[in-house]
Amino acid sequence: MREFASEVPAAPPQEHGRGRSIVITSGKGGVGKTTTTANLGAALAARGARVVMIDADVGLRNLDIVLGLESRVRYHLLDVLEERVELDDALVRDKRSELLFLLAAAQAREKEDVDTAQMTALVERLRERFDYVLIDSPAGIEVGFRNAIAGADEALIVCMPEVSSVRDADRVVGLLPPAMRPQLIVNRVRPHLVRKGKMLSVDDVNAILRLPLLGVIVDEPAVITATNRGEPVALDASSQTGSAFRAIAARLAGEDVAAPAPREAGVLAKLGALFRGRR
Amino acid sequence: MFDFFARLFRGEPSGAKAKERLRLVLLSDHLALAPDVVESLRRDLLDVISRYVEVDVDNVDVTFEQREHEVAMLANVPILSVRNGRAHSAPAPRTPLAPAPSLAAEAPSLAPLEESFWTEPVAEPAPAAAAAAVDALAETDRAPAETHGSPAEMDGLPLADAAVVAGAAPKPTRPRRRRRRRTGTMPPPPGTGEQRWGNSAPP
Repeated sequence: MREFASEVPAAPPQEHGRGRSIVITSGKGGVGKTTTTANLGAALAARGARVVMIDADVGLRNLDIVLGLESRVRYHLLDVLEERVELDDALVRDKRSELLFLLAAAQAREKEDVDTAQMTALVERLRERFDYVLIDSPAGIEVGFRNAIAGADEALIVCMPEVSSVRDADRVVGLLPPAMRPQLIVNRVRPHLVRKGKMLSVDDVNAILRLPLLGVIVDEPAVITATNRGEPVALDASSQTGSAFRAIAARLAGEDVAAPAPREAGVLAKLGALFRGRR
Repeated sequence: MFDFFARLFRGEPSGAKAKERLRLVLLSDHLALAPDVVESLRRDLLDVISRYVEVDVDNVDVTFEQREHEVAMLANVPILSVRNGRAHSAPAPRTPLAPAPSLAAEAPSLAPLEESFWTEPVAEPAPAAAAAAVDALAETDRAPAETHGSPAEMDGLPLADAAVVAGAAPKPTRPRRRRRRRTGTMPPPPGTGEQRWGNSAPP
């Protein structure tokens, strides 16, 4: 336990003050909030930022397994909120980065158990020590969602190009304080379907949501294989999705990075993937 | 090749269908989520109508209905009598002045309103206000949905039957293209143009 605790960054991240608190939310479940949180966390840490991810999906803990950290989790969010353990003991350091930390959700508890004021105070505390506090919101718009957004200053909306996801994203945007200036990530786009007019395009989605577009993630098998292994695809240099997440991280950090053009998986690329054994 | 035939037989691609369905459902959602806007629309609507006719305020009913190809505003406004002062300045409506029973007849919705109605130099305050109010709603609506106020066709209808039907969109006859134009051709403010009750009634 202690072996991780000693490595938690202690100094304030920037000379000028606190880090940014960003909630990743969507309304609808299964659109990629957790995957996005994990990959942005990994990509930001790879850029040298100190990042902590909070899994706010109490009762349905998942961020730890997506990151491959499930075996390292000893304590969880509610242990910290209810002051049973020290914050440093509950923060799990990532396997790959010394700058990336996770505060896991409680599995055997319920969302109602989280106290909003305590959650806000915790996020404030973490902002003293990290550049980014990423909060993985649960699906829905009930108490779990409200607790997840409570401490956040900014919001990222993850949306799939699909009617129910867009409708829910629209609803969630309406519930967020406008000061959070939500930005959009369109996830799991299938360019060949969009070209045939069988899927909403990114423009279609954003003509409805009208949010600053932070990035587009093409639906790619590499995400599934990476998640199978518990390795963020953002660290895979050869993956299109990985570079899309890295570009999002760069944009989030304020860099003016052009969105990489979605490249089609051609025959050669597929053959290459076959030989690389990415299955 | 297969795609070509598939499209030929299945009609518009499903993506366009998704877009249209989303547009309508979000319009409904936003109306349902903005009761205060709907209430002020109702009030403004009544204010304007009340300048011309006496309205049974307690029995006014303004609702929104999602249909196959549009979201429509249905206003059922029972009219008690025509106001005398106004009736002189405006041309006499072709209806008896007796208190009329409430009849919520849904007037046939005029498809492109700028063709049949607004192009005339008509100052028709009631539908204008309805269109303006629906336009104001579209402002709260973050979707760039075009909003058309289709005024009830008052011609040939008894006054009391004139329920205002403001359709959110004209019925599409073919795969739709998003129309950028909103209720662009607003009539001049009341009092500037000729005052008429309908297209065919000369002043």
